[in-house]
Amino acid sequence: MLFQDIVFWILAVMAIAGALGVVLVPNLFRAALLLIVVFVAVAGMFILLSAEFLAVVQILIYVGAIAILIIFAVMLTRDVQHGNLPNRMNIPAAVFAALLFTALVAVAVDTKWEFLPADQQERAELVQVNAVTTLTGEVLDDAGVSPEDQAEVQESGLADLLISDYVLPFEAVSVLLLAALIGALVLVRPNLGTGRG
Amino acid sequence: MSFEAFLIVAAIMFCIGLYGALARRNVLAVLMSIELMFNSVNITLVAMAKYLAPAGLQDDISTVLTGQVFAVFIITVAAAEIALGLGIVFAMYRTNETVDLSEATQLRY
Repeated sequence: MLFQDIVFWILAVMAIAGALGVVLVPNLFRAALLLIVVFVAVAGMFILLSAEFLAVVQILIYVGAIAILIIFAVMLTRDVQHGNLPNRMNIPAAVFAALLFTALVAVAVDTKWEFLPADQQERAELVQVNAVTTLTGEVLDDAGVSPEDQAEVQESGLADLLISDYVLPFEAVSVLLLAALIGALVLVRPNLGTGRG
Repeated sequence: MSFEAFLIVAAIMFCIGLYGALARRNVLAVLMSIELMFNSVNITLVAMAKYLAPAGLQDDISTVLTGQVFAVFIITVAAAEIALGLGIVFAMYRTNETVDLSEATQLRY
């Protein structure tokens, strides 16, 4: 537990310092590189929260695709060196963000959260491990899961949920992604509106 | 490494992202700040999936994965958002020769 605490605080400092850097560093290229630091720290937090699949997806999509796209965009537009100036809303925005932060911390500390009951903790952890790799019967036997409960744990992976309970949002988000990509292609096409592509 | 610690780290990241999205001039800096906000929301969702008991826990143990499923959807929407956002940035750069948001005033009046 102590080791996990140390890792958590290292990741938290990385994420917060990186986030501050993204917003405050004047050089946009460096800000984009600091954004990668934040993404990697968040991926580490996902592993601490036993969401290994999301950690891998975070690295692949955010670091591998989104950060690279942003770096390309930074290099293709001018004013890289002094591009991160504040606008007139600087102080009101900082005050608003600070107020929102106070409210969020008050909610996080004050709310009486309904934590997982201790007797369910072990099964919940098994389900979260099972989210990516289907556990075999022997592993579940070793973990003390009764045979009638084993099927329930084995059938509750992320992919099973995506094609059973959440199939409608899954399809909707697929259509959204397709529409967004076509829209992006139309937007960046040269000679917009002249019919010549 | 308590649940509240994750929530507070996520809240700090969200507020930094909010400040950046409201107060920066460069449209790329605003997009990066929005990505920070997406990430902090994902941390919150996954932390809640790990620590909290969902309402349907007694009927179906797989409800402990709900937060992770929502995080997958958010990552997809973030990818769509950044693709469209960068498309708009390039279109704006081609017409305005700048990525300064305070000079993008064609639609204002």
